[in-house]
Amino acid sequence: MVTSTQPRIALFGGIYSNHLALAAAIQDAQSRGVDALYCLGDMGAFGPFPDRVFPLLIDNDVTCVQGNYDNSIGNQLDDCQCGYTDPRDNYFAQISYDYTLENTCNAGRNFLRDLPVELRLELGPWRVLLCHGSPRKMNEFLWSSTTPGHFLAHLAGQHQADVICATHTGIKWQRALDHGRHFVNVGVLGRPENDGTTNVWYTILGCDQNAQPQVEFVPVDYDHARLAREMSNEGLPDEFVATIITGWWTTCLEILPAKERRASRF
Amino acid sequence: MTAPLIEISHLDHLWFQVSGTLCNLTCHHCFISCSPQNDSFGYLSLADVRRQLEQSVALGVKEYYFTGGEPFLNKEMVPILVETLGYGPATVLTNGTVLKEEWLQTLAAAEQESLFSLEFRVSIDGFSPETNDPIRGEGTFDRAIQGVSRLVQFGFLPIITAARTWPIEQDEQVIGKFVQVLRDAGYERPRLKLLPTLHLGAEAERTHGYRESERVTSEMLVEYDKSQLICEHSRIVTDRGVHVCPILIDSDDSLLGQTLESSLTPYRLDHGACLTCYQYGAICSNPSSSGGETKSEERGTTT
Repeated sequence: MVTSTQPRIALFGGIYSNHLALAAAIQDAQSRGVDALYCLGDMGAFGPFPDRVFPLLIDNDVTCVQGNYDNSIGNQLDDCQCGYTDPRDNYFAQISYDYTLENTCNAGRNFLRDLPVELRLELGPWRVLLCHGSPRKMNEFLWSSTTPGHFLAHLAGQHQADVICATHTGIKWQRALDHGRHFVNVGVLGRPENDGTTNVWYTILGCDQNAQPQVEFVPVDYDHARLAREMSNEGLPDEFVATIITGWWTTCLEILPAKERRASRF
Repeated sequence: MTAPLIEISHLDHLWFQVSGTLCNLTCHHCFISCSPQNDSFGYLSLADVRRQLEQSVALGVKEYYFTGGEPFLNKEMVPILVETLGYGPATVLTNGTVLKEEWLQTLAAAEQESLFSLEFRVSIDGFSPETNDPIRGEGTFDRAIQGVSRLVQFGFLPIITAARTWPIEQDEQVIGKFVQVLRDAGYERPRLKLLPTLHLGAEAERTHGYRESERVTSEMLVEYDKSQLICEHSRIVTDRGVHVCPILIDSDDSLLGQTLESSLTPYRLDHGACLTCYQYGAICSNPSSSGGETKSEERGTTT
């Protein structure tokens, strides 16, 4: 057990039904002695057996924020509200959504429906805001290459936060803002981040000895081969399975800005 | 009936009419009738753009877009884009027919040094000379495809934008042909964006203008995500001042002020084109800045 005198919290991004990565991340974070666990939403999608995520979150006291997927499943809407614009991306998003809705129990749906859209906490001297897409819109994509610091500073000011933490894009990044403020996209546990590696990522947020925000991105290895088998057995698309096995996205690509797309294989 | 008033929630997208209405082409569907002779709007200089970029920081602008006319007729276009990449992501809407290799080399280096993406949106309105050239002009298909190849050669992944001059039911077939043609031209993973036509300017002559009944009403905005409307999050700078959106610069009521701050006033959805914007949503922004409703189908109208 690692101990620390400074407060540190673990932040999990979209889980996308990847119960194996979630279990591994919880264990890893607990072994690092973090003070609390949070999840920034999108518990279901993409992966198999959405109900396997709920006991892990509840039994390990993971405090959760609602994502667009959770809002959709919780309220039994027609689609995931992911915000894709490309017909192929929407085709695969709908397959994923229909499977997840059908396989989420009533208790799970109610759990997702009742989640808050944001959480606020204090970490050292900093006011931290946890949300899914952005503080102003649950399904806003904040990509590293399309989000200037002065825009993030505007969000921080408007929403009275010093540190904003979000997910939704599937790719981790961070940016220091003026006056010591900070933005963090915490990454996701649900699928690899389109770089040809099979691990996923979560974030540990703390304060250093000078009370400055300290961000550590943590890679998580898990039994991805087992997840791929489970997905295949559940009849989920081969395209999704390929992403788990290869680490490259095969869908949801048209939403990427130029820099992020250039780093992509497909 | 009074048209509904739309307040701007925040200036997310700042547009620049950087080459005015001057273009090397005279497309038959151009909603502001750009041509080599149309100088009703003029060029913006690097100094003009710089002044607005500086102001945009305090306003927390998220993305910068450049349009015309043909932006690359502006002799300062390359330094304008290089400077913009120091502030945030830049997108330039071009017809792809005048791009020079030395410009692309400079821009590729500038993007590599920047934190931010530089997007090229190349307008091609058909997957062949037979479908594109009657709208955009003789020989423009081949020249635009050459432009795309050149962009790809310098590592860019241009977004091909096509105005839907075919029935919407043919989208899948047209997209398939576009993808094949672009791959044949060396663009392995083409990105495409389809746009509705806007029945203004030359397009109103080519087909028809908007009917009086084709307007957005207050009732239509009930439970509608207003962030899909361009005027809810954008403004455009021209050589006359700051206008409400890139589509309506020809309309007298579109000029809202001389500074960005003074232009952030509500705007009345008085125009037929507002209905197209309402129906299709986010028609001017890049797919990566989506995050609203997913609307592949047209919304209902009052007509």
